[in-house]
Amino acid sequence: MTENNSAVSIRNVTKIFNQGRPNEVVALEDISLEIQPNEFVSLIGPSGCGKSTLLRIIAELLQPTRGEVQVYGKTAHQARLDQDYGFVFQSATLYDWRTVAKNVQLPLEVMGFSREQRKQRASEMLKLVELEGFENHYPWQLSGGMQQRVSIARALSFNPKLLLMDEPFGALDEMTRERMNLELQRIWDRTQTTIVFVTHSIPEAVFLSSRVVLLSPRPGRITEILDIDLPMPRAWEVREDPHYFELVNHLRDTLRAIEGGVQ
Amino acid sequence: MTTAASTPSASRLPRSARQLIAFLLIVLAILVVWEGAKYLGGDPWRADSNPFGIEHRPPFRVKVLSDLNLPHVWSIIEAFGNPARRNGPPLVQILFDAAVYTFREAFAGFVIGGLLGFLLGAIFAHVRLFERGCMPYVVASQTVPIIAIAPMVIIWLKAGWISVAVISAYLTFFPVTINTLRGLKSPDPTQLELMHSFAASTWTIMWKLRFPAALPYIFTSLKVSATTSVVGAIIGELPSGIRQGLGGAILNFNQYYISGPGRLWATIIVSALVGIFFFILVALVERLVLSGRYPKTEIS
Repeated sequence: MTENNSAVSIRNVTKIFNQGRPNEVVALEDISLEIQPNEFVSLIGPSGCGKSTLLRIIAELLQPTRGEVQVYGKTAHQARLDQDYGFVFQSATLYDWRTVAKNVQLPLEVMGFSREQRKQRASEMLKLVELEGFENHYPWQLSGGMQQRVSIARALSFNPKLLLMDEPFGALDEMTRERMNLELQRIWDRTQTTIVFVTHSIPEAVFLSSRVVLLSPRPGRITEILDIDLPMPRAWEVREDPHYFELVNHLRDTLRAIEGGVQ
Repeated sequence: MTTAASTPSASRLPRSARQLIAFLLIVLAILVVWEGAKYLGGDPWRADSNPFGIEHRPPFRVKVLSDLNLPHVWSIIEAFGNPARRNGPPLVQILFDAAVYTFREAFAGFVIGGLLGFLLGAIFAHVRLFERGCMPYVVASQTVPIIAIAPMVIIWLKAGWISVAVISAYLTFFPVTINTLRGLKSPDPTQLELMHSFAASTWTIMWKLRFPAALPYIFTSLKVSATTSVVGAIIGELPSGIRQGLGGAILNFNQYYISGPGRLWATIIVSALVGIFFFILVALVERLVLSGRYPKTEIS
């Protein structure tokens, strides 16, 4: 086993909600997955397959019923205490009483960075997500795409070892979403962070990831792990590559098959 | 930020000026209705007793509209200028001093009640057991009439402005508790998950998330409390035997109502003004503290 070199090591994780009660749901069953440093892994699957649950178990926002998660050789709990996680939610989850810069600084405040460090990190991060000049705006003054970029800047502000993203572009329109994909691709290339990304968009997953993990619905099991062997860094033209279409179609067929199998 | 100009005619004046005009129009409307009612059903108007020199016999006689029950507006205004006691200062000065005195008590009560209310709300928000166990008593405390509580407070704490402040606080803390509790619980689950994702402590979550999220709720309750604290202070003065405040003035002019109904009405107006003043004070602080949070048009 190369367990201590893995960024994330998920071993036999099962999650049962409301165990022992009539509304018991087996959300995840016996999930095992190794994620290497600097990888971009997408979790996809039909809605209700437990992909967000798995992401929350990695971040120790939820406890697995059975099995364990290690992050850089530590328990998930220790990794959380060590502030190894940057989490991006489907909604930007900005605090509306804080300006853009203050929102980005929030984790740094919690972690006790000095005022100068906080200012400097925040302006670096806002430059990274191309929001310079919006430091003193309030969240309500920004569009949905800009808000989500602020939340990415916030998640990256303290250089977390692991970036966890839960359908971050799910609420955005198609145009904004495609632009955000390119931007995230660029950010990943620049920061070399390990990213675990939950989405239900197959093209998005293929375009961004080094590996795509396909989950089946209820109970969530790993159906397939697909290497995305498209060249890196990926430019816009990748979306016209025949191999890109092959991969997308393959995932689409597999997804349809498992969804059909449920009914 | 500028909000788009609404209608061209309405946007010519600043918002505060428009508010003031609306307020004055309503006052004027009340005065017209007041005197109109007296014109129709009050006591006969004598030429020497009104500023317009009108001699008039109202067509109807309605008892509540008599000069004793509902004095003329000018009688009330006149009462402000006349001395309440022979060779004493004019009533307006007495009432101003009384208002300042009562406001001080109310302010002390507001601060005590506000802090107590916030503390209870914060404890309830964090310890479910306390919320379940203590909330019924907090609610029960509010069903006991203040008239029954006030004399006991005075026995415990001796008559004086401190007792009055405590009585005022008793009326003040409840809305603050309820709204603080609600506000501290208002952050949605992902906002809390965000804090957990970087291992923020309960204390940090309280001051960086729950408290700022609760502020709009808390200010709403503080505006309610500002006015009730004045009521609490006035009521508290009665059993404490305090004569310098508005409660004392009300008691006094109540006793001599027949000889001068205008004085009691004047005192009531001043009491209302103290409440309004306190409300506006809190609203201004609210606007300052919450500035930038939402588009300005949404703050009223």
